[in-house]
Amino acid sequence: MKNPISNLQKVFESRIRLGLMSALMVNDSLDFNALKQLLELTDGNLASHLKALEQQEIVVVSKQFIDRKPSTSYKATEHGKDLFSRHLAALEELIRNQ
Amino acid sequence: MKANSTNPNEDLQTIREIMERSSKFLSLSGLSGIFAGACALVGAALAWLIILDSGRIPYQEYMVRTDDLSYSGIRFYLALDAMLVLGCAFFGAVYFSQRKARKAGQRIWTHSTRRLLIHLLIPLLSGGIFMLILVFRNNLELIAPVMLIFYGLSLVNAGKFTLGEIHYLGLTEIVLGILAGVFIHQGLLFWTIGFGIMHLIYGAVMYYRYERLR
Repeated sequence: MKNPISNLQKVFESRIRLGLMSALMVNDSLDFNALKQLLELTDGNLASHLKALEQQEIVVVSKQFIDRKPSTSYKATEHGKDLFSRHLAALEELIRNQ
Repeated sequence: MKANSTNPNEDLQTIREIMERSSKFLSLSGLSGIFAGACALVGAALAWLIILDSGRIPYQEYMVRTDDLSYSGIRFYLALDAMLVLGCAFFGAVYFSQRKARKAGQRIWTHSTRRLLIHLLIPLLSGGIFMLILVFRNNLELIAPVMLIFYGLSLVNAGKFTLGEIHYLGLTEIVLGILAGVFIHQGLLFWTIGFGIMHLIYGAVMYYRYERLR
């Protein structure tokens, strides 16, 4: 039998990144402020975690102007959703084997 | 929030909590339902006991005989009564939701709130405008059924974004609205059941399920 640990994704070891991805799994897209409010993080902290997720192509960023104010929104990619599902399955597997 | 996770149980709990909090408006309080129901019952009692003089003024007549100006005062007071009920219920909903959010240490004005309101308001405002059309066309008998049906549709539409009971309250209101259309002369009775008694029942159920123990 395959070891479930091998399916745990290193990128989701951080609670914050796990939280970010949980929110993006159930919402089509969320903007920076919504994520900030939801997870109660500082701008810098949130931005660095989002940057990490973006670099690994787990989320995509889109920037647009709403009423001439810049708005940045984030969306989970198919690849990101797939990684998250595998991570989730691995967590469940771990609990079953406890 | 801890920076790194070692416990899969806690991880799953975090995931579930964030998924729910980010997709649903959870601050809706059962107390708003109870309060709205109480407002509607007081409003209906005022309508029946004072405006309609304990039923001595026949409901169907003032609804149909719109040419008779002696009934226009009654129609005005009924409309005023309905607006007061709506206003009180609305302020109750805002007040109790704010209170619940504050107790849980959550914000009230989030993207879940905005999404809930948009989905609630699309059918609700359509119904409101349609009711104005009915008023200007003197189809007053249809107002109670139309109000119940559109309100029910609004709740069903918004139910996806908040606690599950709202969906069933919406379905109940739609059924009552259709029945009010069939038994067209009993508009006030169905209105009282739909806006008064049903809000009391669902509000109490939600209060006992989600809030009593906390």
